[in-house]
Amino acid sequence: MADAHGATAVSAVTGGGTATGTRLLEVEGLSSSYGPVRALDGVSLSAEAGKITAVLGANGAGKTTLLRTISGLVRPVAGRVVLDGVDITKASVESMVGRGMAHVPEGRGVIAELTVDENLRVGALFRGKVAKSEYDRIYDLFPRIAERRNNHAHTLSGGERQMLVIGRALLAQPRILLLDEPSLGLAPRIVAQIFGLLRQLVDSEGLSVLLVEQNARSALSVADVGVVLNLGRVVVTDSASALMGDEDLRHAYLGF
Amino acid sequence: MQQFVNVTLTGLTQGLIYAAFALALVLIWRSTRIVNFAQGSMAAATTFIALALIQAGYSYWLALVVTLASGFVLGAIIERVIIRPVEGGNELNAVIVALGLFVALQALIAIVFGSSFQSFPAPFGLEGFRIGENRVAFTPNSLYIFGAVIVTMLLLVALFRFTRVGLAMRASAFSQEVSRLLGVKVGGMLTLGWGLAAVVGSLSGLLIAGGGFVYPAYMDSLIVFGFVAAIIGGLDSPIGAIVGGLILGLALSYISGYAPRGSALVNISALVILMVVLLVRPGGLFSSTTARRA
Repeated sequence: MADAHGATAVSAVTGGGTATGTRLLEVEGLSSSYGPVRALDGVSLSAEAGKITAVLGANGAGKTTLLRTISGLVRPVAGRVVLDGVDITKASVESMVGRGMAHVPEGRGVIAELTVDENLRVGALFRGKVAKSEYDRIYDLFPRIAERRNNHAHTLSGGERQMLVIGRALLAQPRILLLDEPSLGLAPRIVAQIFGLLRQLVDSEGLSVLLVEQNARSALSVADVGVVLNLGRVVVTDSASALMGDEDLRHAYLGF
Repeated sequence: MQQFVNVTLTGLTQGLIYAAFALALVLIWRSTRIVNFAQGSMAAATTFIALALIQAGYSYWLALVVTLASGFVLGAIIERVIIRPVEGGNELNAVIVALGLFVALQALIAIVFGSSFQSFPAPFGLEGFRIGENRVAFTPNSLYIFGAVIVTMLLLVALFRFTRVGLAMRASAFSQEVSRLLGVKVGGMLTLGWGLAAVVGSLSGLLIAGGGFVYPAYMDSLIVFGFVAAIIGGLDSPIGAIVGGLILGLALSYISGYAPRGSALVNISALVILMVVLLVRPGGLFSSTTARRA
C-alpha cells in the first residue's frame, strides 16, 4: 500500500535520461583557492548516471568547496568540470539548473522569508509555467511540508527544511543532484528517511546524486561509490561497500 | 473639530508622500542592502524633466508618464553602471557612492535646468472641498495624491505577490546565492528593483512638487522625512514604510497644527519621533521576520 503510493508519487519527478553507469559529471584536476588558501588541489572524480556518489572527509577537507566550484559559485584556478560531455567550467551559476544540475547548498538554503509554497515555486521559475501536478508530486513525496505549505520557511524544523530544499531541487527536474551535508544537525531517523528517499529516486528514475557528507557511516550505507577527500586531495575512490570494509581507511579518514 | 479634520487630512496626504519615498528606500535596501542617499536627487532630476515638458506645452499627464519612465531608466542605469561595480567590497563603498551621486545629480540639475525657484503646476485644484458652509483642507489635488500613491502601492503589492517576476525579485532580495543556484537571474532582478524603486521615488518627487516650487535641492526635506519614515517602519518592510510614512505625516501635522509655534517644531519633532520609536523597538515597527532569520 505505502509502496504503491510511493511509486506513483516518485514517477516523473526527475529528468532521468542518461543510461546508468555512464559518467554524467566529470571533474578533472580541479583546484580552487580562497585567497592564499588552496582548498582543492587537483581533484578528479566522476559521478555516474543512476548512482549515488558520496564524497567523504573531515571538516576542511574541501567538500563544500568542491560542490561550490562545480556549480560555479567558486571559480577554479585549474581543472575542468564536464556535465554529460559539455564543459561547464566557465558556465554561469544561473545556467546550471537549466543544464540539469541542481545544487542544494550547505545549511539547506531555504529562503526563510518566503512560504514553503513560494520556495517551491522559486525552484520552478526558470522552467516557465509548471503544472500543478508537479507540485502535488513533491508534496506527496514530503507530506510533512505539504501540511505547512502556507507557513513561512523560517518556522520549519531542520528536517522539514531539508525536505523542502530537496523537493525544490527536484522541481527543477535535474539529472544530477548535488547535496551538501544533508544530514547536518538532523536526528538519525530523519537522516535515514531522507537517504532512503534519495535511494528510491535514484533506483526508480535514474536520478544521479553527488553527495558530500561528514557523516560517512550514513552516507556509505546509501551510496554506490565513495570518494575520500583529505586536505583538498582525493585519497581513495572505491565502491561504498569496499570503503565500509576497509577498517584502516575508516579509522584514518572517516572517523568510525 | 473642523481643525482636527483639516489637520488629519493634511497629515495623511503628506504621510502618503513620505510613505512613497520611504518605500523607494526600502525596496533598494531590501534587495541590495544599500541606503540610497541619491534617491532624492534622482527624483528631483525626473521632476525637472517633467517641468521642462510642461513648460514646453505638453500636458501634465504626458509629463507624469515620462517622469516615471525616466525614473525607471535612471534607477536601472545607476544600479548597473555605478552601484554594481562597487558592490561586494566594503559595505560602505556603495553608500559613499550613493552620497556622491546625491551631490553630483543635484549639481547636474542646476547646470541643466538652472538653480532658481520655479513654480510647478498641480494637475488639480488647490482649493479645499466644500462641506456645508466650510471648506476642508482637502483639495482635489490631495485626492489625486491619495489615489496616485495608493494605486502605485497596490500595483507593487500585486507585482510582488502574484507575479513570477515579483517572486523572483523577492527571492533575489532575500537570498542571492540560493536564487542564483535555482536559476534566477539575480543581477537582472536587482536592476529591475532599482528601476521600480526609482519610479516610486520619482512619483513622490512629482507629487510633493505639485502646486509648489522646485529647485535643485527641493527634495532635501522630503529625504529627511522619507528616511525617518522608512526607519520607523523597520527599513526592511514595505508595509512598515507605508505605516511609518502615515504615522510621521499625521504626527508632524498635529504638531504643526496644535503646538504653539508648531511649524518651527516640525523638523525636530521628526527626530524625536524617530528616537522614541528606536528606543522602544530598535529594529523599527515591522522588523520581526528578519530578526528571526536563521
